[in-house]
Amino acid sequence: MEQVIFYCFAALLLFASSMVITVRNPVRAALFLILAFFTSAGIWLLLDAEFLAMTLVLVYVGAVMVLFLFVVMMLDIDLAPLQEGFTQYLPLGIFVAALITIEMIAVLGASHFGLDIVAAPIAHPEGYSNTKEIGLLLYTIYVYPFEIASVILTVAIIAAITLTLREKKSKSQDIDKQIKVQAKDRVRIVKMEAVKKQESES
Amino acid sequence: MIALSDFLILGALLFSMSVAGIFINRKNIIILLMCIELMLLAVNLNFIAFSHYSGDIAGQIFVFFILTVAAAEAAIGLAILVVLFRNRHTINVAELDKLKG
Repeated sequence: MEQVIFYCFAALLLFASSMVITVRNPVRAALFLILAFFTSAGIWLLLDAEFLAMTLVLVYVGAVMVLFLFVVMMLDIDLAPLQEGFTQYLPLGIFVAALITIEMIAVLGASHFGLDIVAAPIAHPEGYSNTKEIGLLLYTIYVYPFEIASVILTVAIIAAITLTLREKKSKSQDIDKQIKVQAKDRVRIVKMEAVKKQESES
Repeated sequence: MIALSDFLILGALLFSMSVAGIFINRKNIIILLMCIELMLLAVNLNFIAFSHYSGDIAGQIFVFFILTVAAAEAAIGLAILVVLFRNRHTINVAELDKLKG
Protein backbone atom coordinates (compact mmCIF):
# COMPACT_ATOMS: atom_id res chain seq x y z
CA MET A 1 0.00 0.00 0.00
CA GLU A 2 2.78 2.37 0.98
CA GLN A 3 4.62 1.54 -2.21
CA VAL A 4 1.59 2.30 -4.36
CA ILE A 5 1.22 5.69 -2.69
CA PHE A 6 4.94 6.38 -3.11
CA TYR A 7 5.00 5.55 -6.81
CA CYS A 8 1.82 7.54 -7.50
CA PHE A 9 3.24 10.58 -5.70
CA ALA A 10 6.64 10.18 -7.38
CA ALA A 11 5.03 10.03 -10.83
CA LEU A 12 2.90 13.08 -10.02
CA LEU A 13 5.95 14.97 -8.73
CA LEU A 14 8.00 14.22 -11.86
CA PHE A 15 5.05 15.14 -14.09
CA ALA A 16 4.56 18.45 -12.26
CA SER A 17 8.24 19.35 -12.41
CA SER A 18 8.46 18.50 -16.10
CA MET A 19 5.47 20.77 -16.71
CA VAL A 20 7.16 23.55 -14.71
CA ILE A 21 10.16 23.55 -17.02
CA THR A 22 8.32 23.12 -20.32
CA VAL A 23 5.11 25.11 -20.03
CA ARG A 24 5.01 28.44 -21.88
CA ASN A 25 3.06 30.58 -19.46
CA PRO A 26 4.87 31.51 -16.19
CA VAL A 27 1.56 31.57 -14.31
CA ARG A 28 0.92 27.95 -15.26
CA ALA A 29 4.51 27.10 -14.34
CA ALA A 30 3.93 28.59 -10.89
CA LEU A 31 0.71 26.59 -10.49
CA PHE A 32 2.50 23.36 -11.47
CA LEU A 33 5.23 24.23 -8.99
CA ILE A 34 2.53 24.44 -6.30
CA LEU A 35 1.40 20.95 -7.35
CA ALA A 36 5.00 19.74 -7.07
CA PHE A 37 5.27 21.18 -3.54
CA PHE A 38 2.03 19.53 -2.48
CA THR A 39 3.08 16.12 -3.79
CA SER A 40 6.48 16.32 -2.18
CA ALA A 41 4.78 17.25 1.09
CA GLY A 42 2.90 13.95 0.68
CA ILE A 43 6.18 12.09 0.10
CA TRP A 44 7.65 13.72 3.21
CA LEU A 45 4.65 12.45 5.16
CA LEU A 46 5.61 8.92 4.03
CA LEU A 47 9.02 9.60 5.59
CA ASP A 48 7.47 10.54 8.96
CA ALA A 49 8.41 14.21 8.63
CA GLU A 50 5.00 15.61 9.50
CA PHE A 51 6.19 18.95 10.79
CA LEU A 52 8.28 19.70 7.71
CA ALA A 53 5.50 18.57 5.37
CA MET A 54 3.11 21.02 7.01
CA THR A 55 5.80 23.72 6.96
CA LEU A 56 6.32 23.12 3.26
CA VAL A 57 2.62 23.56 2.54
CA LEU A 58 2.28 26.62 4.77
CA VAL A 59 5.51 28.44 3.91
CA TYR A 60 5.98 27.47 0.28
CA VAL A 61 2.46 27.12 -1.05
CA GLY A 62 1.06 29.75 1.27
CA ALA A 63 3.76 32.40 1.07
CA VAL A 64 6.52 31.87 -1.46
CA MET A 65 4.36 30.70 -4.34
CA VAL A 66 1.80 33.42 -3.72
CA LEU A 67 4.70 35.87 -3.92
CA PHE A 68 5.78 34.27 -7.21
CA LEU A 69 2.27 34.49 -8.65
CA PHE A 70 1.99 38.08 -7.46
CA VAL A 71 5.22 39.09 -9.20
CA VAL A 72 4.42 37.13 -12.37
CA MET A 73 1.04 38.78 -12.68
CA MET A 74 2.37 42.24 -11.77
CA LEU A 75 5.06 42.24 -14.46
CA ASP A 76 3.77 42.87 -17.93
CA ILE A 77 5.97 40.41 -19.78
CA ASP A 78 6.24 39.92 -23.50
CA LEU A 79 6.47 36.15 -23.67
CA ALA A 80 7.53 35.67 -27.29
CA PRO A 81 11.25 36.57 -27.02
CA LEU A 82 11.56 34.60 -23.80
CA GLN A 83 10.74 31.39 -25.63
CA GLU A 84 13.51 31.79 -28.21
CA GLY A 85 16.16 29.12 -28.16
CA PHE A 86 13.85 26.69 -26.40
CA THR A 87 14.36 23.90 -28.93
CA GLN A 88 17.92 24.99 -29.58
CA TYR A 89 19.04 24.19 -26.02
CA LEU A 90 16.66 21.26 -25.49
CA PRO A 91 19.09 18.52 -26.67
CA LEU A 92 21.92 19.94 -24.54
CA GLY A 93 19.67 20.19 -21.51
CA ILE A 94 18.39 16.63 -21.90
CA PHE A 95 21.96 15.38 -22.42
CA VAL A 96 23.27 17.04 -19.25
CA ALA A 97 20.22 15.96 -17.24
CA ALA A 98 20.58 12.35 -18.44
CA LEU A 99 24.28 12.40 -17.56
CA ILE A 100 23.58 13.69 -14.03
CA THR A 101 20.81 11.11 -13.58
CA ILE A 102 23.00 8.21 -14.69
CA GLU A 103 25.83 9.29 -12.41
CA MET A 104 23.55 9.75 -9.43
CA ILE A 105 21.77 6.43 -9.97
CA ALA A 106 25.16 4.71 -10.19
CA VAL A 107 26.06 6.19 -6.80
CA LEU A 108 22.70 6.21 -5.05
CA GLY A 109 21.12 3.13 -6.62
CA ALA A 110 19.93 -0.06 -4.99
CA SER A 111 23.43 -1.57 -4.94
CA HIS A 112 24.55 0.98 -2.34
CA PHE A 113 21.37 2.09 -0.61
CA GLY A 114 18.98 -0.82 -1.20
CA LEU A 115 16.78 -2.40 1.45
CA ASP A 116 19.33 -5.17 2.16
CA ILE A 117 22.03 -2.59 2.95
CA VAL A 118 20.03 0.18 4.65
CA ALA A 119 17.22 -1.59 6.45
CA ALA A 120 13.86 0.09 6.83
CA PRO A 121 13.63 1.83 10.21
CA ILE A 122 11.47 0.49 12.99
CA ALA A 123 8.07 2.10 13.21
CA HIS A 124 7.82 4.80 15.86
CA PRO A 125 5.97 3.90 19.07
CA GLU A 126 2.48 5.22 19.69
CA GLY A 127 2.42 8.79 20.98
CA TYR A 128 5.60 9.73 19.09
CA SER A 129 5.49 13.35 18.01
CA ASN A 130 7.75 14.49 15.20
CA THR A 131 7.09 18.15 16.05
CA LYS A 132 8.06 17.61 19.68
CA GLU A 133 11.30 15.87 18.71
CA ILE A 134 12.25 18.68 16.32
CA GLY A 135 11.42 21.27 18.96
CA LEU A 136 13.53 19.47 21.56
CA LEU A 137 16.54 19.59 19.25
CA LEU A 138 15.89 23.00 17.77
CA TYR A 139 15.63 24.88 21.05
CA THR A 140 18.56 23.15 22.77
CA ILE A 141 21.45 22.13 20.52
CA TYR A 142 20.49 24.20 17.51
CA VAL A 143 19.37 27.33 19.33
CA TYR A 144 22.11 29.57 17.90
CA PRO A 145 21.54 28.45 14.29
CA PHE A 146 17.84 29.04 14.96
CA GLU A 147 18.55 32.62 16.00
CA ILE A 148 20.79 33.12 12.97
CA ALA A 149 17.90 31.93 10.81
CA SER A 150 15.70 34.62 12.32
CA VAL A 151 18.39 37.22 11.56
CA ILE A 152 18.51 35.98 7.96
CA LEU A 153 14.75 36.45 7.66
CA THR A 154 15.02 39.97 9.09
CA VAL A 155 17.77 40.80 6.59
CA ALA A 156 15.55 39.45 3.81
CA ILE A 157 12.66 41.67 4.91
CA ILE A 158 14.87 44.76 5.07
CA ALA A 159 16.54 43.98 1.74
CA ALA A 160 13.25 43.38 -0.06
CA ILE A 161 11.73 46.59 1.28
CA THR A 162 14.75 48.80 0.57
CA LEU A 163 15.12 47.37 -2.92
CA THR A 164 11.58 48.06 -3.97
CA LEU A 165 11.07 51.32 -2.08
CA ARG A 166 10.42 54.34 -4.24
CA GLU A 167 12.12 57.38 -2.75
CA LYS A 168 9.74 60.02 -4.06
CA LYS A 169 6.63 58.88 -2.31
CA SER A 170 8.10 57.96 1.04
CA LYS A 171 8.03 60.26 4.03
CA SER A 172 11.39 59.04 5.29
CA GLN A 173 13.87 61.54 6.66
CA ASP A 174 17.04 62.29 4.72
CA ILE A 175 19.58 62.22 7.52
CA ASP A 176 22.45 63.55 5.39
CA LYS A 177 20.53 66.69 4.58
CA GLN A 178 19.41 67.10 8.16
CA ILE A 179 22.99 67.02 9.45
CA LYS A 180 24.37 69.32 6.76
CA VAL A 181 21.86 72.03 7.56
CA GLN A 182 23.31 75.26 9.02
CA ALA A 183 21.62 78.21 10.59
CA LYS A 184 22.46 80.56 7.73
CA ASP A 185 20.66 78.31 5.25
CA ARG A 186 17.49 78.39 7.21
CA VAL A 187 17.24 81.90 8.64
CA ARG A 188 17.69 84.90 6.38
CA ILE A 189 18.14 88.22 8.13
CA VAL A 190 17.06 91.11 6.00
CA LYS A 191 18.33 94.55 6.92
CA MET A 192 15.73 97.20 6.41
CA GLU A 193 15.56 100.88 7.03
CA ALA A 194 13.31 101.75 9.86
CA VAL A 195 10.19 103.35 8.53
CA LYS A 196 8.53 105.97 10.59
CA LYS A 197 4.84 105.67 10.56
CA GLN A 198 3.32 108.55 8.59
CA GLU A 199 0.69 110.72 10.10
CA SER A 200 -2.48 110.72 8.06
CA GLU A 201 -2.71 114.04 6.19
CA SER A 202 -6.43 114.46 6.18
CA MET B 1 8.73 -1.57 1.98
CA ILE B 2 10.22 1.36 0.12
CA ALA B 3 14.01 1.35 -0.04
CA LEU B 4 16.14 4.39 0.67
CA SER B 5 17.48 4.21 -2.88
CA ASP B 6 13.98 4.84 -4.27
CA PHE B 7 13.78 8.18 -2.49
CA LEU B 8 17.34 9.07 -3.49
CA ILE B 9 16.67 8.26 -7.15
CA LEU B 10 13.49 10.33 -7.06
CA GLY B 11 15.53 13.23 -5.68
CA ALA B 12 18.16 12.72 -8.37
CA LEU B 13 15.52 12.73 -11.13
CA LEU B 14 13.96 15.89 -9.70
CA PHE B 15 17.34 17.59 -9.47
CA SER B 16 18.42 16.70 -13.01
CA MET B 17 15.04 17.77 -14.35
CA SER B 18 15.50 21.21 -12.83
CA VAL B 19 19.05 21.37 -14.27
CA ALA B 20 17.51 20.68 -17.69
CA GLY B 21 14.96 23.41 -16.95
CA ILE B 22 17.75 25.91 -16.33
CA PHE B 23 19.29 24.93 -19.68
CA ILE B 24 16.15 25.23 -21.79
CA ASN B 25 14.62 28.27 -20.08
CA ARG B 26 17.75 30.34 -19.97
CA LYS B 27 16.01 33.54 -21.10
CA ASN B 28 13.26 33.69 -18.49
CA ILE B 29 14.43 34.66 -15.02
CA ILE B 30 11.14 33.72 -13.35
CA ILE B 31 11.35 30.12 -14.57
CA LEU B 32 15.02 30.04 -13.55
CA LEU B 33 14.03 30.99 -9.98
CA MET B 34 11.38 28.27 -10.01
CA CYS B 35 13.97 25.72 -11.17
CA ILE B 36 16.21 26.71 -8.26
CA GLU B 37 13.27 26.14 -5.89
CA LEU B 38 12.80 22.67 -7.43
CA MET B 39 16.50 21.91 -6.91
CA LEU B 40 16.26 22.86 -3.24
CA LEU B 41 13.20 20.64 -2.97
CA ALA B 42 15.18 17.68 -4.33
CA VAL B 43 17.98 18.34 -1.85
CA ASN B 44 15.48 18.54 1.00
CA LEU B 45 13.98 15.22 -0.08
CA ASN B 46 17.40 13.61 0.18
CA PHE B 47 17.98 15.11 3.62
CA ILE B 48 14.65 13.84 4.95
CA ALA B 49 15.12 10.38 3.42
CA PHE B 50 18.55 9.98 5.03
CA SER B 51 17.21 11.35 8.32
CA HIS B 52 14.37 8.84 8.29
CA TYR B 53 16.46 5.81 7.41
CA SER B 54 19.32 6.59 9.78
CA GLY B 55 16.95 7.50 12.63
CA ASP B 56 18.66 10.84 13.22
CA ILE B 57 16.31 13.80 13.37
CA ALA B 58 19.12 16.36 12.88
CA GLY B 59 18.63 16.04 9.12
CA GLN B 60 15.13 17.45 9.49
CA ILE B 61 16.52 20.42 11.41
CA PHE B 62 18.81 21.06 8.47
CA VAL B 63 15.83 20.99 6.10
CA PHE B 64 14.19 23.59 8.33
CA PHE B 65 17.15 25.92 7.85
CA ILE B 66 17.25 25.28 4.11
CA LEU B 67 13.56 26.23 3.92
CA THR B 68 14.32 29.46 5.79
CA VAL B 69 17.19 30.41 3.52
CA ALA B 70 15.21 29.47 0.41
CA ALA B 71 12.31 31.68 1.48
CA ALA B 72 14.69 34.60 2.04
CA GLU B 73 16.33 33.95 -1.32
CA ALA B 74 12.99 33.88 -3.12
CA ALA B 75 11.89 37.14 -1.48
CA ILE B 76 15.11 38.99 -2.34
CA GLY B 77 15.27 37.49 -5.83
CA LEU B 78 11.76 38.59 -6.65
CA ALA B 79 12.45 42.05 -5.23
CA ILE B 80 15.50 42.34 -7.49
CA LEU B 81 13.34 41.13 -10.38
CA VAL B 82 10.74 43.83 -9.73
CA VAL B 83 13.40 46.57 -9.59
CA LEU B 84 15.01 45.19 -12.75
CA PHE B 85 11.72 45.23 -14.61
CA ARG B 86 10.98 48.76 -13.39
CA ASN B 87 14.31 50.04 -14.71
CA ARG B 88 14.75 48.04 -17.91
CA HIS B 89 11.19 46.99 -18.85
CA THR B 90 12.35 43.48 -19.66
CA ILE B 91 13.34 40.31 -17.84
CA ASN B 92 14.98 38.73 -20.85
CA VAL B 93 18.46 37.58 -19.79
CA ALA B 94 19.81 38.22 -23.30
CA GLU B 95 18.92 41.92 -23.05
CA LEU B 96 20.45 42.43 -19.63
CA ASP B 97 23.88 43.38 -20.93
CA LYS B 98 24.43 46.75 -19.30
CA LEU B 99 27.58 45.57 -17.52
CA LYS B 100 29.00 44.39 -20.89
CA GLY B 101 29.68 40.96 -19.46
